[in-house]
Amino acid sequence: MSQVLQRTSPTGTRTTKVIGALALLVMAWVVVSGLILTPQDVVQGESVRIMYVHVPSAWIAYLAFIFTAVASASWLISKKHSMGFDRFAGASAEVGVMFMAITLITGSLWGRLTWGEFWQWDPRLTTTAFLFVTYVGYLAVRRLEGSVEQRARRSAVVAMLAVLEIPLVHFSVVLWRSLHQGATVLNPNGDVKMDDLMLFTLFSGVVGFTLVFVWLVLHRQRTMLLVDIANRQGLDAAIAARQTESLVK
Amino acid sequence: MKSDSPTRVGKGKVVTAVFLKDIQIELRSRVVTNQVLPFAGLVMVMFAFALDNDDVLQRVAGGLVWLATLFSLFIIVQRSFAIDTADGALDSLRVAGIDLSAVFFGKAIALATKLIALEIVLICSAVLLYRVDVSATGLVLLVTCVLCATSGLAFVGTLYGGLTAGAKGRETLLPLLLLPVVAPVLIAATRATEAAFGSGGAQTSEGWAWIGLLAVFAAVFGVGGSLAFGSLIDE
Repeated sequence: MSQVLQRTSPTGTRTTKVIGALALLVMAWVVVSGLILTPQDVVQGESVRIMYVHVPSAWIAYLAFIFTAVASASWLISKKHSMGFDRFAGASAEVGVMFMAITLITGSLWGRLTWGEFWQWDPRLTTTAFLFVTYVGYLAVRRLEGSVEQRARRSAVVAMLAVLEIPLVHFSVVLWRSLHQGATVLNPNGDVKMDDLMLFTLFSGVVGFTLVFVWLVLHRQRTMLLVDIANRQGLDAAIAARQTESLVK
Repeated sequence: MKSDSPTRVGKGKVVTAVFLKDIQIELRSRVVTNQVLPFAGLVMVMFAFALDNDDVLQRVAGGLVWLATLFSLFIIVQRSFAIDTADGALDSLRVAGIDLSAVFFGKAIALATKLIALEIVLICSAVLLYRVDVSATGLVLLVTCVLCATSGLAFVGTLYGGLTAGAKGRETLLPLLLLPVVAPVLIAATRATEAAFGSGGAQTSEGWAWIGLLAVFAAVFGVGGSLAFGSLIDE
């Protein structure tokens, strides 16, 4: 490969290695504390341990989508239209969709154990599901054919439209549910009293997942940069080959 | 003295020209009349087969009308932009240097016109097939609901239709992008229509609360669409 690719090919740096090591350490503590050290909940029993994954992953998913919106807005507003904003937006959305999927799966499992059902048409759950589908669509838009600039413009606009859409979806679902039966078995707001170790484990989970998110986004945006460079070099090589071919003739 | 600078076409003229172009294409091809309307009618019949209960059909008639509208919306939007893309009409409009927000409104009004024609047929089908009743006050609510919901659907449909125009796999991408966005319209329009029909003992007055949401949705995506449309079709 060319010099540019060789120079940029490692996606890890000293900083990402430190973040990765810290993430591993904190996550190991969360696993030990969440599965062994913390007591079971008086009402929820062992199922409360799902919360140590569910709550941090939901937090990260929302953080990721906010990050995508901010990076997209920065791309649109900035005069230089730096592709770094676009790559950060895309990387953050990809990681966000993954964490949102984890949120929905762990939430369904917890719901089955606690409410007796995998799904409740609660406004928060419904909005989360819509958010997930919206960002799956955003990722599909990023994969549309076209130049890097076209991808950046299209996806930035779609991310901004998602910012408009989500409050409307949430408000409509809240209104819709207000006229229907609410959760009957247990209030799904998650208002549970916790002991200190449980709360600390949950907090550790949030910190650990945040570190994992930062680590993943940094690596992913660098992988995206490599893909963009490889695509550009592929085009340059094709043009050069054609020019050489015409000169030979 | 004659100016050398090119004459800028007024926004209103562009809106009218694009609207008339889309309507003229429909009048010549009759795709909505000959294909989409029968499809939507068939969907209403299929719902009746699937639910197979007169009481249930009366109760959910509002939702079925709007679901059939959404399914038809995908077809109409794809058809509208497929013609423009195939003939390079969108590219021509872009290089003509005209205001692209005017193109957005022209196409949205044309789409809304087709949708309203479709919805009239669907509501009549619901009255005939599902035996729902509409009172005089319910009719006022229903007309307001149709106008507000259709505006929102037309703006969103035009916006995302422009985004996916010419893209590979647009047939599957458009529903994926559109369905989450139009969820508020489906919820609000269904509730307002149920109130107009009196489904499940709903009062007509209950429906007006939903009209506000539909109007806000239409306003947000009307403004957002006019700002974003140019960027999305700028290929």
